[in-house]
Parts: sequence; C-alpha cells; structure tokens
Amino acid sequence: MARSLSPRRKLITTLSAWTVALIIFFPVLWMILTSFKTEPSAVAMPPQFLSADWTLENYVEVWARSDYPRFFWNSVVISVGSTLLGLAFAIPAAWAMAFVPGKKTKDLLMWMLSTKMMPAVAVMIPLYLLFLKLGLIDTKIGLVMALMLMNLPIIIWMLYTYFKEIPGEILEAARMDGAGLWNEIIHVLTPMALPGIASTMLLNIILAWNEAFWTIVLTTTKAAPLSAFIASFSAPQGLFYAKLSAASAMAILPILILGWFSQKQLVRGLTFGAVK
Amino acid sequence: MSTQSSRLAARLMVAPSVAVLLIWMIVPLAMTLYYSFRLYRLISPERTGWTGFTNYVWFFQSPEFWLAMGNTLALVGGVLAITVVLGLLIALLIDQPVKGQGILRILVIAPFFVMPPVAASILENLFMHPQNGLFAAIAMGFGAQPILFLQDYPMLSVIGIVSWEWLPFSTLILLTALQSLSSEQLEAAEMDGASAFNRFRFIILPHATRAITVVILIQTIFLLGIFGEIFTTTQGGPGSASTTLPYMIFKQAIAAKDIGRAAAGGIIAVILANIVAYFLMRGIGRHLDA
Repeated sequence: MARSLSPRRKLITTLSAWTVALIIFFPVLWMILTSFKTEPSAVAMPPQFLSADWTLENYVEVWARSDYPRFFWNSVVISVGSTLLGLAFAIPAAWAMAFVPGKKTKDLLMWMLSTKMMPAVAVMIPLYLLFLKLGLIDTKIGLVMALMLMNLPIIIWMLYTYFKEIPGEILEAARMDGAGLWNEIIHVLTPMALPGIASTMLLNIILAWNEAFWTIVLTTTKAAPLSAFIASFSAPQGLFYAKLSAASAMAILPILILGWFSQKQLVRGLTFGAVK
Repeated sequence: MSTQSSRLAARLMVAPSVAVLLIWMIVPLAMTLYYSFRLYRLISPERTGWTGFTNYVWFFQSPEFWLAMGNTLALVGGVLAITVVLGLLIALLIDQPVKGQGILRILVIAPFFVMPPVAASILENLFMHPQNGLFAAIAMGFGAQPILFLQDYPMLSVIGIVSWEWLPFSTLILLTALQSLSSEQLEAAEMDGASAFNRFRFIILPHATRAITVVILIQTIFLLGIFGEIFTTTQGGPGSASTTLPYMIFKQAIAAKDIGRAAAGGIIAVILANIVAYFLMRGIGRHLDA
C-alpha cells in the first residue's frame, strides 16, 4: 500500500524505520564486532567501538582448538539429510492430498500439524531410552531420523500448499494424452513443482540447522552439530566473550546467508500459504 | 478426476507419512504413559513397581508445578503480546514508502535465523551481563546501578530473549499481509476524512486479522516447547523463578533422576498442549487453506 507522503514526513518515517531495524539487528552486529576484538577489548568498560583492538585471532583459535569443522560437517549432514529424507516421505503424500483430496484430507493435515504440539521434553526419556536400545544415540542417522519426523508435518503442509496451486486441468490433459501415473509425475508435475520443493527444502534446512533440543539431548560428541557446540561453549561466562562471539558467528553465518535468500519463501512456507 | 485406482494410489502415497508420524507419536507417548504409573528412579533402580497416581499427585501438590504453569503461561502470553503488537507497529512503519526497504527487511529478519543457544548466550553475556554487558554500560553511563537481569528478572529476561528471536517472524508475516492491502481503499478513506486511528481500526486491522491469527497459531506451537533459551541462560532459576513446565520435567529427569515423575509431568504437558491445540485449531484452523 505504497502511498505518497510529504518530504518531511517521508524523512521522519525513513529515519524511524531505519532506527528500529538497526535496533533489532544490533545484537547480531555487536556479536560480529566483538568477535574481531581481543579478549580485554571485548569486555572493556566503557564498551569500545572504533578504538577497539581488532584481531582475527579468535577465529583462528576457535577453528584450531574446538574441532569446529566436525561440528559444521555434522550440522550439514543432519540438516540436509533430514530434509531430503523428509521430502522423500512428503512429496508423494502432499501430491496425493493436493490432487486426489478426500473427505478426510483436511482432518489428516490438521492431525499432522497437531503432532508438532506435543512438547519434546514430555517424550524425552522414552525416546532417549529407545535410541539407546537401538544404538542410535550420538549417531548422525539417529538425528536425521528424529529431525525428519519433527519437521515432516511442516514439510507436508508446505508442499501441499504449493501443489494446490498447480492447476488440475493440466494433469487431466496429460492423462487424456495417455500419460501414465509416473510419466505424469516426472514430465508434467515435477517441473511445475520444483520451485515449491526448492523453497520447502531451503526452509527446512534452516529449521533443522537451528534445532537445539534433540540435537543436544541425543548427542554427546561424535554426532554433535553446531547447536550443541555453542551450548557447550557458553558455559564459562564472561571469560571468553570474543571467542564466544567468533564461535557464534561461525555457527550462524551459513544459515543467515541462506535465510536472507529465502526470506520471501519463509512467509509463504511457515504460514502454510495462509498469508500471501 | 479421482477414479477408483487413483484413490487407491493416493492412499498408498499418504500411508508412509501417516505411518511414521503415528509411530513417532504413539510409541514414545505409550512409553511415557507406562513410566508415569511406575516407580522408576535412576538413583535406586532396584526399587520398581506400580505406584498408581502417586507421580501425578506429587506434581499437583508441588508448589513448583503451579509456579511453572504460571511461568509457561507468562512466556507464551508475553511473547505473543510483544511480538504481535510490536510486529504490527514495525510492519506499519516499514510498509511506508521508505528508502532501502529491501535492506530493512534483511536487517529485521536476521534474528530469526540465529539458533536459540546463540541468541540466548549472546544476549545473556554481551548485553545482560551485570559487569561486562552493554546494558550495564548504558546504565552506568547514566549513573544508575546495572540491572541484574537474570537474577532479579529471570522470567522477563527469558521473555525478552525469545521475543527478540520471534519478532522478525511476526513482523515479516504482518508486513506481507499489509502489502496486499490496496492503497486506493486507504486513500479514499483519507479523502473522506477518516482519522489515522480510524483507518487503522476499520481498514488495516480487519485486513491483518487473518495474518495475526496465523502468527498466533504458528508461534504457540513453537513457544510451548521453549527449552534451549532457558537451558543456556537461567537454568530455570534462581530457585524456580524461571522454571516452565518443560523445564521442570527436564529437571525431574536429569537432576532428580526420577523418570516416573518426569513421565507424569510429560503426560500432563501433553494433555495441556492438546487442550490448547484443540482451541487453536478450531479457532484458527479455518484460516488455513485446506
């Protein structure tokens, strides 16, 4: 609803909008600035902005001392793996619900969403014991499965809303031409559904990357991703601000950049198409 | 277009997802239910047996439980109120024809992509810390005593941290909703002499209602399970001042090592979540395109 404003009002709204945005963003900015300071400079009072001692030492040290590459790799495997596995389950389900809807389709979708309402802590112990019995504790495959199941309802919902917008007439036309079910899926549907599948994938990688309950509860060392790495790092309070900031920046930057590219899809995706 | 065979195919395609979700829901739930009626402490594993409703009675008689219920309510309600009200105001502001709207969106959305342990430890250490935090520096700059956030206002601190994480989400969704509002309608209202407040009350707010309800639904799903932020900052303390229901269950399981009690708490949490879910789905579910 872009409207014309008087120059003075325009200046005031621009200034206040920028002020508000910078305040919201400021903690991230301050964290990045702190990560380039020496430890004494990071905790100096009053806080140092331009006069700080700048250094790259923190990144070097976090990288060398903390096995960061392994945590990073675990995060990549777990978030991408759980998303791909989730898509394998969700694509056929969402396809069927969008194109062959039955009387119970809406109830089924609602039930799927309601499984997400179950507080994770409530089922923590049985799941932990179950994972222990199955030998899945501290394994990447275990976390891939847990996060896949956790995000499956969201993946199905998102795909469903994207598939819903593909006109059914096109499928009928393909069917008239004698295309079989698989031909229909591969040659007609997939090209039209790809953008939706891509944004669903992106968003779920972000959600899985940032998940910080099961990744902490179900891992110890071998399979621990960056969320567990940070949770363990923040223990020595106040002593290593610069290193904490550097480690935090390294944990969030990949996903922050990915997130900036997918912010438009985020609205559609996480509101299940209800807000456009 | 649904023939008999395509219906069967559709059922087969939905079946795997339904099956795994059903297992994922029912198996842990059944185990939790079983443990909730058992005596099962990791400190004395040799003492086992059925205990009836003892674990549940302990929960309802524990003063901490009612405190935790209040804290959970305060957390969900507080964060919802802050993010919806501020989110709407910020969305209204950014929606104006301002310079650099694209960059503004990027700045505002950033906190949403910060994982909970990072958000919590950064805000706790770099900002709220009474000696080295930025807030303390600001307070001392004005000659005031630094506020002991986590000690004196633990619940408000947690609400603040979680609100910072979720503000971008509500802002972005409400902004998207506002942008689909036609400017002609607003201009016509303005010409007819409608005040800014009335334009907001009778045109903008009704238009955003659907988006607001969706924000409430999605956020409640995530807020009911908030854990990482408390775990990294206050650990539920001081005392039980910032213990929510999920965190109380966690403490029973990990600190007290009482699996039976933790399981009973889990069942209580599931029942409460289902009550909330029922009302949310009934009230808001119709807004979702299904």
